[in-house]
Amino acid sequence: MADVDFQRLRFDYARHADQDAPAPAQHPVVVVGAGPVGLALAIDLAQRKVPVVLLDNDNTLSTGSRAICFAKRTLEIFDRLGCGEPMAAKGVSWNVGKVFFGDAQIYAFDLLAESGHERPAFINLQQYYVEGYLAQRAAQLPLIDLRWSNKVVAIAQRDADALLSIETPDGRYELVASHVVACDGSRSTLRELVGQKPQGRIFRDRFLIADVKMSAVDQPAERWFWFDPRFHPNQSVLLHMQPDNVWRIDFQLGWDADPEVEKRPENIIPRVKDLLAHSVMKDAQFELEWASVYTFACQRMACFRHGRVLFAGDAAHGVSPFGARGANSGVQDADNLAWKLALVLQGRAPDALLATYCSEREFAADENIRHSTRATDFITPKSDISRVFRDAVLDLAREHAFARTLVNSGRLSVPAILHDSPLNTPDSAPFEGRIVPGSAAVDAPVTLPDGSEGWLLRALGDGFTAIVFDDDTPLAAAAIDGVPLDVLSVRSCGQAQDGVHLIDREGVVAERYDLLPGSVVLLRPDQHVCARWRRPSVEAVRHALERALALH
Amino acid sequence: MSLITSPHLDAPDDFYEALIDAHRDLSIAQSHALNARLILLLANHIGAQPVLAQALAAARSTVQSTSAADITST
Repeated sequence: MADVDFQRLRFDYARHADQDAPAPAQHPVVVVGAGPVGLALAIDLAQRKVPVVLLDNDNTLSTGSRAICFAKRTLEIFDRLGCGEPMAAKGVSWNVGKVFFGDAQIYAFDLLAESGHERPAFINLQQYYVEGYLAQRAAQLPLIDLRWSNKVVAIAQRDADALLSIETPDGRYELVASHVVACDGSRSTLRELVGQKPQGRIFRDRFLIADVKMSAVDQPAERWFWFDPRFHPNQSVLLHMQPDNVWRIDFQLGWDADPEVEKRPENIIPRVKDLLAHSVMKDAQFELEWASVYTFACQRMACFRHGRVLFAGDAAHGVSPFGARGANSGVQDADNLAWKLALVLQGRAPDALLATYCSEREFAADENIRHSTRATDFITPKSDISRVFRDAVLDLAREHAFARTLVNSGRLSVPAILHDSPLNTPDSAPFEGRIVPGSAAVDAPVTLPDGSEGWLLRALGDGFTAIVFDDDTPLAAAAIDGVPLDVLSVRSCGQAQDGVHLIDREGVVAERYDLLPGSVVLLRPDQHVCARWRRPSVEAVRHALERALALH
Repeated sequence: MSLITSPHLDAPDDFYEALIDAHRDLSIAQSHALNARLILLLANHIGAQPVLAQALAAARSTVQSTSAADITST
């Protein structure tokens, strides 16, 4: 299939029957913003049989590449949403990174990604592709009512719902929603309309992004990061490969740079040429595809919920771009919220479950902000002594491996472990390994009932899953009315057959989850571990399910 | 393990002399650079974060009490 030119796509405004209704139409959920977060949330809700109105204030996908690093966990969520495959196929994987200080390379690293996962640690892929594939998936789901060129301009919060005023090319109309989810980005209109401001640190620095399309360059996908290079002294530069032979270059400019001047192609092109002269792509021909000058802040809203409005993605929290924690954490917000909102709307869980969206994702946002602030402080030291230590680390890194662990040009985005979630049931027996209650499930190779090779995460459904290892404990009776529970029987060997769903053919499931015969792991619908046992009773599993639904 | 603040150096006078010698003929900026490298090397050798945190707190507290005294005396 030929690639769609997602950047040129325009989505026609269409007048909706709601606009002619005598009284405002009522909807269970209105999602505001059809970016990666809003689209992911709408797809997730629709897969859970919740009809969703998705509003977007314009008629295009992302302009420019913007977010370009999508982490393994995010790809696994996209797999669950039915659109991970085209993204993984289109994206660029890389393992080798090179770090330069001044003129010289100080070291190179290989990520040596752990095997036994379907998806790589992350891929580089322009945001417009991600949005494009999400939009294609959304178009397959009749429960998604996507309205382009619909801009929310006012909101009235009421006891049990909210009244939204929406501006369109042919006038205003109103909608009533039980819940509104604001996924409308860092300059969120909804956040302003509810009178909230994010709190945190604004960094006095500017960065130039230049996406350049190289012609006839056959270069392995590597990430190159320069601290204080001669071609751009006292600043940092990042070079990263994207699909279609497009390379992302990030130049730190400093606070005094004039964004309007720096954005002009005649000023960008010499910078790029200078950089290329110092790379293996010397004398390469290129075209400037997109450029942007940005500043950033590490901040979040104090609370991700205000009345009937829940906030997700950049609307709720902002990070520096180092470590790829913006879009990735936003998609993980959607992953956390969708099942909770669906169960609350379906009357299967109390409103208290939505409060755990806030507590869990506020915790995750704090972790992301901490990591990205640390990277930012390393890349752009804020004091003379901070600079002295930064340069000392880089100098030592040439010879001493320990110092390389201190070099921080952005730590790989991994999902937050929700250690203190009230939805977790604490362990009643010892378990080894990295996975704990609150961890996102980790993938592993398995053999499917038809004998083919597959992956653990692909075998999980949209509801709760109890993984039962090497045992026949009948746990289906633990299920709660109206809340799906899949019992997934995993065996260490033998044949997948009736009653046995997966074979742990390489022993990786047992190793990663520390499973013994009779062990059970309970996963939430967003694939987070919420309880585990060595040999539980049906009552214990039911109790853990109730806890994970915030029923007690 | 906690930070050792009782005498622990094999040869205190030798160490002190070597420390001062290491800075001989350096500018203030170069001395800062040397100190930073030395701190990082020693920190890695110690490894344990609680011990390092205690060392940072112990160092910071003497600097703070000194500067507080300076302020009250003026």
